[in-house]
Formats: sequence, structure tokens, C-alpha cells
Amino acid sequence: MTKKMKLSQLSDMLQDLDVESLEGVTIEGDIELNITGGGGLNPALAYALGSEISQISLHMANIGRMLGFPAEQLFASAFGMGEMPQPQALPTSPKIQELLASKFEVSKVDNWKNPIQEVTLGATSGDGGSRKNTVTIGGENALPYYFDAEMPHRNYVTMDVFDMPIGMAKSVKGNYEDVINDPAEWAKKVVREFNADMVTIHLISTDPLINDTSAKEAAKVVEDVLQAVDVPIVIGGSGNPEKDPEVLEKAAEVAEGERVLLASASLNLDYARIAKAAMDYGHVVLSWTQLEINAQKELNRKLMKQCNVPRDRIIMDPTTAALGYGLDYAYTNMERIRLAGLMGDDELTFPMSSGTTNAWGAREAWMVSSPLKQDSDWGPREYRGPIWEIVTGLALSLAGNDMFMMMHPTSVQVLKEITQTLYGSIESEEIDITNWIGAEV
Amino acid sequence: MKINSPLEAYKFLPATNCGECGEPTCMAFAAHLIDRSHKLTDCTPILEPKFKKKYEELDALLAPEIREIVIGVGEKVAKIGGDDVLYRHKLTFFNQTQYAYDVWDTMDEKDLVERVNYIQDFKKFYVGNFLTVDMVAIRCTSNDPKKFGAAVKKVVETTDLPLILCSFNPEVLKAGLEASKDRNPLLYAANKDNWKEVAELALEYDVPVTLFAPNDLDLLKSMAKTFAAMGTEKLVLDPGTFPTGKQLKQTFTNFVKVRRAGIDGDRDIAYPIMAVPFTAWMAHDDPVSASYWETVVASVFTIKYGDIMILHSTEPYAMLPELHIRDTIYTDPRKPVTVDPAMYKVGEPTADSPVLVTTNFALTYYTVESDLASNKIDCFLWAIDTDGIGVEAAVAGGQLTAAKIKKGIEESGFDLKKDTTHNTIILPGLCARLQGDMEDESGANVMVGPADSGRLPGWLEKNWPPQKK
Ligand code: B12
Ligand code: SF4
Repeated sequence: MTKKMKLSQLSDMLQDLDVESLEGVTIEGDIELNITGGGGLNPALAYALGSEISQISLHMANIGRMLGFPAEQLFASAFGMGEMPQPQALPTSPKIQELLASKFEVSKVDNWKNPIQEVTLGATSGDGGSRKNTVTIGGENALPYYFDAEMPHRNYVTMDVFDMPIGMAKSVKGNYEDVINDPAEWAKKVVREFNADMVTIHLISTDPLINDTSAKEAAKVVEDVLQAVDVPIVIGGSGNPEKDPEVLEKAAEVAEGERVLLASASLNLDYARIAKAAMDYGHVVLSWTQLEINAQKELNRKLMKQCNVPRDRIIMDPTTAALGYGLDYAYTNMERIRLAGLMGDDELTFPMSSGTTNAWGAREAWMVSSPLKQDSDWGPREYRGPIWEIVTGLALSLAGNDMFMMMHPTSVQVLKEITQTLYGSIESEEIDITNWIGAEV
Repeated sequence: MKINSPLEAYKFLPATNCGECGEPTCMAFAAHLIDRSHKLTDCTPILEPKFKKKYEELDALLAPEIREIVIGVGEKVAKIGGDDVLYRHKLTFFNQTQYAYDVWDTMDEKDLVERVNYIQDFKKFYVGNFLTVDMVAIRCTSNDPKKFGAAVKKVVETTDLPLILCSFNPEVLKAGLEASKDRNPLLYAANKDNWKEVAELALEYDVPVTLFAPNDLDLLKSMAKTFAAMGTEKLVLDPGTFPTGKQLKQTFTNFVKVRRAGIDGDRDIAYPIMAVPFTAWMAHDDPVSASYWETVVASVFTIKYGDIMILHSTEPYAMLPELHIRDTIYTDPRKPVTVDPAMYKVGEPTADSPVLVTTNFALTYYTVESDLASNKIDCFLWAIDTDGIGVEAAVAGGQLTAAKIKKGIEESGFDLKKDTTHNTIILPGLCARLQGDMEDESGANVMVGPADSGRLPGWLEKNWPPQKK
């Protein structure tokens, strides 16, 4: 009858056999046991012993492995065989009954030392203007909405008004058909109905290639708009570099004292004339460059040094490209400008403005459906357009943009909602999300 | 990564300049390790046993600050995390945010299959590729393990997309795991009540797991530490996405804080972050407002550090901007996306077909190409090497000149005189001013097309073939 043996008996047994250490024990090939000095061991017993010893050595090896020793290599070389089959790892995950205590900590950014310049638009009667309120942007000490420092002013939206009917995406146009021939009424509508903080009057008909409206006539439109609304305004030219200085000069003159934003000074026109008009009649200059941080520095520098524009009269427009059409450049350009400003580059510490309306240039915003058959259905453009404008603006708001020039009423409403939420001024009912998975939607 | 100069990486390389990695020198290769455009394993010599120690040391130094987590298996496998910077211009962001759209286990089976198919088939062409969405999140709304298991099984049968199994009930999660165990799904979620059981499931099935600690970063970090001690670092962090008001502002703060801590070197919290814009649906009843708000929240957290998110609206007006904002943020800012400069055929052009010039900026090229192809216009389209700059900017910046176009033509091996019957090329409207120079340089007839290639079909109808002079 074979004798069964327990592990615990092993050492006793080795002792019985007068073995002091395992030095004399060699294990070879097919588990054969030779114990020197021992006389005639019963083969069954020897087998059982061998098996147990091997088991032990395996366990020992496992412990060795856990201690970081490559036991399997030892086995491999000792037995002259290749990779040993990996012994079953012991369950290593310790049972933990309580969460390990931990405190979350993170530091504030320590190299944002330079505040962004504050710039005020609009002047009330006390300051020689006729606006009911003013708008102040800038003053940040951190990236927008960051916990490092409170953001002093919320974002503002100025809505576009044109001095002539222009081509617009269908879903934009629907909102302005009744006022499209009357800039003053148009301005009233965006303030009263669409909650615009400001109005931009674009004098595009002055372009010699469009209507070549004279600067004098264009200035009348500016007067009408100033009459029609009492919010601060932005005055835009046509973008024609030859004509714009003259047009903006005249407009600045009729708006004297209102602290409007003149759009724009750029490197490809006579920026000095525009700067001078702003100085002479008490306005702010929009310093516009095209997606190039060094060009932006250059123009700002020229405005400050060469044209003596004080720091609180400069806002930058580093150019907005639409979602899907270069927003990656526009976003990063703005983010770099803002970070450089915060870190002390005082050629870049100015608040920023975005021509968010550019988003409507993207096909996705205005086309009825995809021109490509392989595309999934694009769905109704009435909903696509506004969200294109919103996401374009929202991305730039996170990059540091302060002021948005926009067109669609829904876009304005939603963009204001999200930027003011992140700014921290929107109260709403608290929502318990603990069990959101089961929510019925 | 713990080092930031090529020199530091170079010290660990074999220094033989053998060229196996495709770079002429070890130093050049080191530079690519630092900008993460090559993998260490591209250097085959360092994989030899004698370099084992150096390999391991360098590998650890090069590991990204935020751990990279893998979800799913096979071709559709998704990677998240792996970032090293807080601002994309400092390097680039890696592993774009993964968008998971939800289904739920109380859905009708037919609707469920239809929705999963819609999600996996959704696509939009953009610069040479299709933008698509990534995952299916299965929510347990029944709290019934059987029902959930069945729903997961159905989804597994319908799609190869990676899955997120959503329930706070460990039994439900287990049933889901049983139905999808070969698919390496992401578990959602362990919270302060169920973490022990969920940790066990994650370990037993060896799957990644989300830790959910709404607006409690201490708890979130405790859980992450605990799970790591228990043996898994395949973790995703959900600090809670509150959909509105001050709570949403707090959520924004939490995301910024967690990522900043991770990049700053707090290993205990250096994991990918999950956002759940889905919660917008708990704040809005009307589906258009809910979809809009969800898209807005998704955009915020695609830009600010969300690595994976669960969404509900499958309206194209939600999905299209989501796909594009993600592409915007994750495009490598170090190089414009380009196509190889060459002469391309659109359709099946013959010697009578028009020859059009454009740039090798991918956005320009594919816009023009798709305008032509989708209108079935057979023609030759010449992508001139403008260093990947679009037409207008390239004209302004001097990358698109008459000489450049002529050179491009010559290098492509296309011979206007021999290969066409008309010896005519058509320029983009936005480079009209190159027309004269171009005529002089090439001796060909030069026509100026419309400013927007979308108007090419109409323009060609009127102007092609060109009138004999
Ligand atoms: C993104 C952008 C950039 C990016 C360029 C990225 C890139 N990889 O191309 C960056 C930041 C690098 C850039 C730099 C500059 N830019 Co830039 N930029 C833009 C922006 C915002 C969008 C351009 C774009 O990508 N459009 C989309 C693509 C698809 O358009 P596209 O290539 O022109 O193709 C269309 C058409 O040309 C036409 N088309 C194309 N091929 C063909 C072929 C045929 C046969 C036909 C018929 C039609 C056709 O159809 C296409 C689809 O509509 C525009 C402003 C704007 N909103 O338009 C300014 C703009 C183009 N830039 C401008 C300038 C001045 C510059 C700089 C010189 C600025 C500077 N001072 O440094 C530099 C030059 C850089 C260089 N060349 O090295 C000016 C150009 C002004 C002008 N007319 O001369 C613009 C118009 C801004 C402005 N309003 O002033 N820019
Ligand atoms: S393969 Fe490795 S050893 Fe050879 S050149 Fe490249 S980095 Fe150097």
C-alpha cells in the first residue's frame, strides 16, 4: 500500500533520513530521487517525496519571483530546457477593505504675472458720449474661466449690421429680411430682440468695387445707428485698403466722443491714419492681423510707438477661421497670444475680438446637404448653421477671446449662455447626476 | 515624458548610427523620440539583450505623463490618454477624444440594432479621410442583469466598435462582461459605494474601469490610488459632468485641475478623463435645446482635456461639429496636412479634358477634388507643392508663383503640349494675378477659374472647351 504524505511531514522525514540540508539532494530529468547516504528507499515513497519536493521548489520559486528573482531562468538553465511554462502567478491583488486616504492638490500657474490690458468701449454722457452703458473687456490674469484668478469681465457679443443688403446664408437671412434695407432698424432689432451687447456697422458699400459709397454718405449711416441704439458700437470699413482709411476717418469724426471701436488698422493699409482718427476723436483701434503672432506684435508695436496709441485703446483681432477651415490655426494663434501676454510679452497683452461670423463661410453651415454621396445625411441646415457659429466662437473663447462679432440670434444666445456659465454668472437649479445612467431621455 | 532634449535620450541609444531606424544618426532618431514621431522600438538594435537595461530605462523616461489606456480589441481598438502637454502648440495632443454614443437595455431590439448601425456607419468626408465616431455605450436602465446581458450581446453581434458598459450595479456589470469578455470593454463605473466589487470585476476580467466621483477630487484620487494598489492602472477618471450653471463651471475647473496635476507629475491621478455631456439631457426637455447644449458641453471638454465621452444626440447637427472640433484640436499643429504634390486624375480624363491647378494643402486639394468628382467632371488636377498652404495664403506668402507652378508641371512628367489637345491650364480664381506670368513662363493658354471651386461645374459648362484663338 502506498503511503500518502503531507507536506508538513516532509522536514520530519528528511530529518529521519538524517539529511541536514538539501545539499545532498539532486533532482534530475524525470524526477528521480537520490539521497546519498540513505539506504534503499521504497520507490513509491521516493516518488511521493520527489513530487512534494518539486511542489515546494515551485512554491519557493514563486516566492523568489515575487521577490523579483527571475527563477524561471534558473530552472531553464538548470534543466537545460527552454522557457519554463510560467507558473501560475499567485493572486497578487491584496484585499483592500478601505479606500486609501488621499488629498488632491494642484498648484496655480506661477508665471502668469502680467495682467491683460482693460479696454472700455462706449462713452456715457458723463464722459462726453451718448451711450447708456459701456462695455469693458480684458483685465484677465489667467486663461479664461481658470481657477487661478477670477476673470474680471464677461465676454461680450456685438452683432453685425450692414449698410446694404448682402448675401447671407438662408437661415441667417430669415431673421433680417424686414430690416435689410435699413441699418438703423437693423441695429435696433439686434439690440431689442436678439440681446446684442453692441452693434457693428459694416460700411461695405463704400468698396469701390461694390457701390463706392462716399465716406460722407457712409458717415450718415453711422450717425443713424448711433441715434437708433444706445449701446457701444463698432464701425467697420469695407476691407478695401485704399478706401478704408478715408471712410473710417469720416466715421470717427461723426462719432466723436462715443469711444467706438474702429475696425480695423492692419499692416496692409495706412494704419497710421486710422490710429490718428481714433486719437483725434476719442476711439479705440482694432489691430487686425492674419493668423500670425509676429505680425500681431509688429502692428501693435507700431500703433503704440509710432502712432502713440495708448494701451487702453487697442484691441486685437488675430483672425478667425471657421470650424473645419483653419480653426486649428486660429485657436492656437489666440492661445499662444494670450499665454505670451500673461507671461509678460507686453506687445500682446491686449483683449481680443473675433469675427465669428466667418463661420458662415463653412459649407457645413449653409449648404442644403453634403455635396458628397458617401457622406451620412447632414440633416437640416437650419440647425447646422447656428451651431457652427457657436462652436467656432466657443473654441476661441477658451483660447482667450473676449469679444465676438456674430450674426445668428440663436448662436448669440447660446454662446452667451455657455461663456457666462463658464464665467460663473449663470444661476441654475442644481442637478443630481449621481444616477445619470438610469435617466430617462 | 521625463526628458525633453534629444541629448538626454541619445545617452541611452547604441550610438552606432547604423541607420536601421530609418534615420541617418542616433541623434536624429533621439530628436524624433522627443517629438514623439518615432517609437523606441523602431531602433531594433536596442532591443537586443545586451541593451536591455538601457532600453528599459529610456522606455520609462519616454513614457507619456498621462497613462495610455486601451479599450476594445482588433482593428477598431481605441486608445485614450497618452498626453504630455497642456497646450497643443507645445507638442501636439495624442489619441483624440473618443466619442461613445449611447444605447440602453430597455430599448426595443430592432431600435437598438438600428441605432448601433447608425452610429457605426456615420461618416463625413474631410481632407482625404472619413471622420467617424468611435464607441457604443450601453446604459443599464432596467437594473436587470439578464436584460443588460442580452442587450450587450446584441450590440456585440452588431458591431466591432469598442464598448462601455454602464451601470453602478456590479451584478449588472458582470452580466455585461460575460456577454462581451473578449472585447475588452470599459467598465462604467466604480463609485464610493460599489468600488470593491467593481475592482474585483475589473481585475478578474482584466478590463479598464472608470472611477466616478462627482465633484470630489479627493475621493477620485483615493479611488485611483486604491485601484492601483489592488493591481490595476487601467483607469479612467470621471470627476462628474454637471450640465449647467455654477456646477458646470466647477466641472470645468475639475477637468483643468486633474489634467494639470497629471501633467505636472502627480502619477496617482495621471489617467485619461471622461466627460459625460449626456447629462445635458437631464437639464433640457426639448430635444433640440438638449442636443445643442450637449454639443456645446462636448466641445468644451473636447478642447479642455476630455479623453473619452458619452453622448446621446445622434443628430447630424450635433455629430458634425463634434467631429470637427475634435479634428481641430487633435490635428498636429507642427505640420499642415498635405497631399503629395503630383498630377492627379479625377474621373477618367482624356487629352480633351481640362487641366486645373491647385495646392497640396489637403483641405484645398480635397475640397476641389470632391467638387469635381461629385459632379462627375473628368479632368487633371495638379497639386502644386506650396508647403501645404492653401491658395490665398500661398499667393500672399510666395509659395504659389508662376515659377513654382511651372516647376510642378515639369516634375510631374505631364506634358501639356503632348498630353492635351488644348495646351491650356486653369488657375484658381484667387491667384488671378499670376495669369500673365504664367502665360510667359509656360507658353500655355492660361484661364482663371472662379474663386470657389464649388462654382467650377457651372464655370466649366460656360467656358470649356476653350474657344480657339
Ligand atoms: C488658414 C489661413 C492661414 C494659415 C494657412 C494654413 C494653410 N495650411 O494653408 C496660416 C496661419 C499659415 C496663414 C498664413 C498666412 N496668411 Co492666411 N489665411 C488663412 C485663412 C483664415 C483661411 C484660408 C483657408 O484655408 N481657406 C480654405 C481653403 C480650402 O481655401 P483655398 O485654398 O483658397 O481653396 C479654395 C479656393 O481657392 C478655390 N480653389 C482652390 N483650388 C482651386 C483650383 C481651381 C482651378 C479653381 C477654379 C478654384 C480653386 O476653391 C477652394 C475652396 O473654396 C484665410 C482667411 C479666410 N477666412 O479665407 C487667410 C488668408 C488667406 N491669409 C492671408 C495672409 C495675408 C496670410 C499671410 C501672408 C499672413 C502673414 N502676414 O504672415 C500668411 C502667409 C503664410 C504663408 N504663405 O507661408 C490673407 C490673404 C490676403 C490676400 N488675398 O492676399 C487671407 C485671405 C486673410 C485676409 N483676409 O487677409 N493663413
Ligand atoms: S537604429 Fe538605433 S542604433 Fe541604429 S541609428 Fe537608429 S537609433 Fe542609432
